[in-house]
Amino acid sequence: MPVLPTPRGPLSATVLTALRGAPGSLPAGTDVPTPGDALADDDLHLALYACYELHYRGFDGVDERWEWDPGLVALRATLEAVFEHGLHAALDGWTPPAADDTTMDLALRAIADADDSPSLSRHLERHGTLEEFKQVVIHRSAYQLKEADPHSWAIPRLAGGPKAALIEIQADEYGGGDPARMHARLFADTMEELGLDPAYGAYVDALPGATLATVNLMSMFGLHRRHRGAIVGHLALFEMTSSIPNRRYATALRRLGVRAPRATEFYDEHVTADAVHENVAAVDLAGGLVRQEPALKDDILFGARALVELEGRWATMLLEAWAAQQPTLRSTPRAEAVAA
Amino acid sequence: MSAGGARITPYRDGPLLIRGTFTLADQDGNDIAFRGQTVALCRCGRSRQKPFCDGMHKATNWRAASAAQDPHAATQDTASRFVRERDSTPG
Repeated sequence: MPVLPTPRGPLSATVLTALRGAPGSLPAGTDVPTPGDALADDDLHLALYACYELHYRGFDGVDERWEWDPGLVALRATLEAVFEHGLHAALDGWTPPAADDTTMDLALRAIADADDSPSLSRHLERHGTLEEFKQVVIHRSAYQLKEADPHSWAIPRLAGGPKAALIEIQADEYGGGDPARMHARLFADTMEELGLDPAYGAYVDALPGATLATVNLMSMFGLHRRHRGAIVGHLALFEMTSSIPNRRYATALRRLGVRAPRATEFYDEHVTADAVHENVAAVDLAGGLVRQEPALKDDILFGARALVELEGRWATMLLEAWAAQQPTLRSTPRAEAVAA
Repeated sequence: MSAGGARITPYRDGPLLIRGTFTLADQDGNDIAFRGQTVALCRCGRSRQKPFCDGMHKATNWRAASAAQDPHAATQDTASRFVRERDSTPG
């Protein structure tokens, strides 16, 4: 079980200190100031990440009743409001493309095509170093070791066709009944082949707020029924922008001399798997949900656009740091071991 | 899903998805292995993992409707594309 991360400021200190004690002990009225960047703030996003992890795997030594502790849920709602406000502020001026249930695939495609963020996968395919690749794997580990879990929260909130479409995708993500083929397991295999620690949560202390925000985005969308449209849109765009980048990541590893099939299988698998998923997600899941609930159309497209926004900021952060020969991971004993 | 059969769906601007009960084999009768319950077969011709789709239709902005094309209702766009293809035919 993962250990509690180290606090990075007053909010995460409040949450992480409380979690070491008994439920009900969180001091009321914690002040949550608006951070400079609500989409990347280290303290905000570590505090939120810790709250969400109670719904996934929990933490070693933390009372499991904290998951639904009213005081902590109340504080989490305040943190989420800050994050959500930051998302809407960042997307101020963006208008969802026009669409109906038969054209959601085109609207989602338009959002993907309008993304002018720098391409991390293209950089790694052509120029990236093995150290840069390992850093990306560490950044991604916060999501990829629980791949598909945040979107599974949507399952009981859907019915009929969209639910069947989501299950069609998720069954594949979870290995079709074979634990060795679960995508999270394939990612752990890649980590091991690269000499990294595949234990769940091992690198959380090294991950900057902008990385944790990409995971918090899907946890927030997944854990709230009112965001069921957004989590569907998030999944659809994730799948639609996966096949080609994953082929580039696999090519990068081979170019860097990492040719063991166990190292590249995670990426190779996603090329053809996500070529299936993207169509199911855009047409049968997103389009099907709009057919049932037309009012969710803009929520679905917001979820997709929010993904593009945070992924773009994350990729830009990495590429700019590498160009300036700066670290992309927070300094921890573990991160320093990787760099060495 | 039709009982015991396969259902083949051309997705707009994308691959053919095949669900249900089917076998995939090459012209010599050798099984072509695939994972999962559903496969996506390349429809644009640009895949590097044929017969499977690898998403390359997006890189080339390939377009096709999901419904069947009516050969008697060629649009200006498809007609002009046809002319361009003829013009670029080698020889």
